[in-house]
Amino acid sequence: METNVTIKKLSNRFPGAIIETHSHRGDDTAVVKKESILEICTFLRDDEALLYNFMMDLTVVDYLGREPRFEVVYHLFSLRHNRRVRIKARVSEADAIIDSIVPVWVGANWFEREAFDMYGITFKGHPEMRRILLYEGFEGHPLRKDYPIKKRQPLIGPIN
Amino acid sequence: MGVTFGKESASRRIVPGGTVSDGPERLLDGSAILTRLQAAVNWGRKYSFFLYPFVTACCGMEFMSVAGPKYDLDRFGAALPRFSPRQADLLMVVGTISHKQAPILVKVYNQMTEPKWVFAFGVCAVSGGFYNNYSVVQGIDTLIPVDVYVPGCPPRPEMVLDGLLKLQEKVAKERWSDWPRGAAPVTPMLKKQE
Ligand code: SF4
Repeated sequence: METNVTIKKLSNRFPGAIIETHSHRGDDTAVVKKESILEICTFLRDDEALLYNFMMDLTVVDYLGREPRFEVVYHLFSLRHNRRVRIKARVSEADAIIDSIVPVWVGANWFEREAFDMYGITFKGHPEMRRILLYEGFEGHPLRKDYPIKKRQPLIGPIN
Repeated sequence: MGVTFGKESASRRIVPGGTVSDGPERLLDGSAILTRLQAAVNWGRKYSFFLYPFVTACCGMEFMSVAGPKYDLDRFGAALPRFSPRQADLLMVVGTISHKQAPILVKVYNQMTEPKWVFAFGVCAVSGGFYNNYSVVQGIDTLIPVDVYVPGCPPRPEMVLDGLLKLQEKVAKERWSDWPRGAAPVTPMLKKQE
């Protein structure tokens, strides 16, 4: 089975939007521009040779000190072709906003809310962009690398 | 049918300053027990705890063990778990309490009728344990008054039994004026948040 078919297809279709790619032992990865994430995901889902119909995971990595600071990571799986791909989109701290992929895969809904909750990345076009695990009134985004480890939140009481 | 006394007890000689009996009941010739009402009530309370198991995490396994036949909390009169806080008087906080659960814990505490006691089971409930992070309450005593702290991750059943005996000692020394304790101190704060 040809492994990097996804990368080839992507590079042909979106030559300007792919920043870099690599394919290590069958693990295809493409770093893409965040502006075209919605377009690329729609293509990956609908193209006959790809058919990535399963959005397995969506998460964020915080590379503190690097610019752009965040990387939103999408893990996709094609049940039809038994193939995986990893898409990354870099997001800067000053403009921590990216298009929501809920219109492409509804399953991304809670993943994006979790990413918002923990990293403070806003997903534009998400139907309900609010915290999912933490409570309303929580200040900050605790999985950011600069969240103070000893920070206490106001809900609890006078001693804490 | 009247009360009959044994021959021996009826004929027992009372020697002033003697060692036959050392309480005032000897004046009544062993036929009565004198105590303070408070002590009698405390004695009754300490041997009939009704637990409310507020079990949230892995310590629950150890709680099941200590409540089961091997270690058998029933030996100390604390057998019956009540799953309504209204019917319980010992709140067992077993496991990690996250900030999101904190209002629930306070509500359960406030719903229990007095007199009531709180047992912090495991280091998570005692102090947050190694979860020194954004999501975990750093000790339930920041929310509600606690009577016994049993650390350990999880505590051995023997430690839990020891804690229960300590609680019994504490209950035995209580006074009427210790009750009621009232609502948890953080209650107004939580109300404001709502
Ligand atoms: S004290 Fe240890 S065993 Fe108990 S709830 Fe915490 S982590 Fe789990």
